[in-house]
Amino acid sequence: MPTTATRPGRNRRSVTAVDDDARLLERLRAGDEAAFVALVALHHDAMLRLASNFVSSRAVAEEVVQDTWLGVLRGIDRFEGRSSLRTWLLAILVNRARTTGVREARSVAVGDATPAVDRTRFNAAGAWASPPEQWVEDAEERLGAAALAAHIHAALEQMPPRQRAVVTLRDVDGLGSEEVCAVLSLSQANQRVLLHRGRSQLRRALESVLAAS
Amino acid sequence: MLLSRPQIVCQEVVELVSDYLEGALSRGQRRRFERHLAGCPHCSEYLAQMRETIRLTGRLVPDDLSPQMREEFGELFRRWREDADETP
Repeated sequence: MPTTATRPGRNRRSVTAVDDDARLLERLRAGDEAAFVALVALHHDAMLRLASNFVSSRAVAEEVVQDTWLGVLRGIDRFEGRSSLRTWLLAILVNRARTTGVREARSVAVGDATPAVDRTRFNAAGAWASPPEQWVEDAEERLGAAALAAHIHAALEQMPPRQRAVVTLRDVDGLGSEEVCAVLSLSQANQRVLLHRGRSQLRRALESVLAAS
Repeated sequence: MLLSRPQIVCQEVVELVSDYLEGALSRGQRRRFERHLAGCPHCSEYLAQMRETIRLTGRLVPDDLSPQMREEFGELFRRWREDADETP
């Protein structure tokens, strides 16, 4: 699980990270245990978080992650490098978690979405009646980075599993939209719907704590 | 001559903002979206807040693997190698 500490900059995986995967994979194929553990360390938290969206307890999520790595070890010779190692890993994980899990909502209910912003904040013509207050410039000064991170974390916890999976993969783990669609078997359109709801919900959460500060 | 489409309103902007950031709006939608933003400081603020939300979410730090977990995965690897060696 992500902690509430912060780091500078985004968590976009750099070219180096992909190179790391490739180098570690080579060493792993040669039977290097340290390379395996390093590879696990690179991906473990994202995998555990993703698995948690499908199963009911952390213990089961950990089992799914272990099981996935065992599957990876057994199938390592079949990995052809057509997708990135991470996409391959996470797709195996989701398959296993789906077989194990019961928590996942089956479909994306597009109709009954909560609006991004409460309807009462617009007038009859659809213009802002109660416009957003400004906090972009000084959010961190007002609350502190750690508190902001804790609020984001709490808001993520409240999301429906698939929405949380999409937002976390995109915005915490830094996957691209195509990678997320491949991992979660989503269409681009549904991925965007879930991302939109999730990000809008996070913004509302930040707005409410910053308004109270 | 083309009829100009009606302008979009703030309440629509907040629902289109993710598609805008994802580059998923059609050219016409994108033009109307940007034209609205140019004349609406509230929606510009809203867009800035969405960008800031994404930036702050991107700063959550993944947990490191604990030494105990490292040991467990090392063991998993050794067990797998033993199994692999036993199977001809």
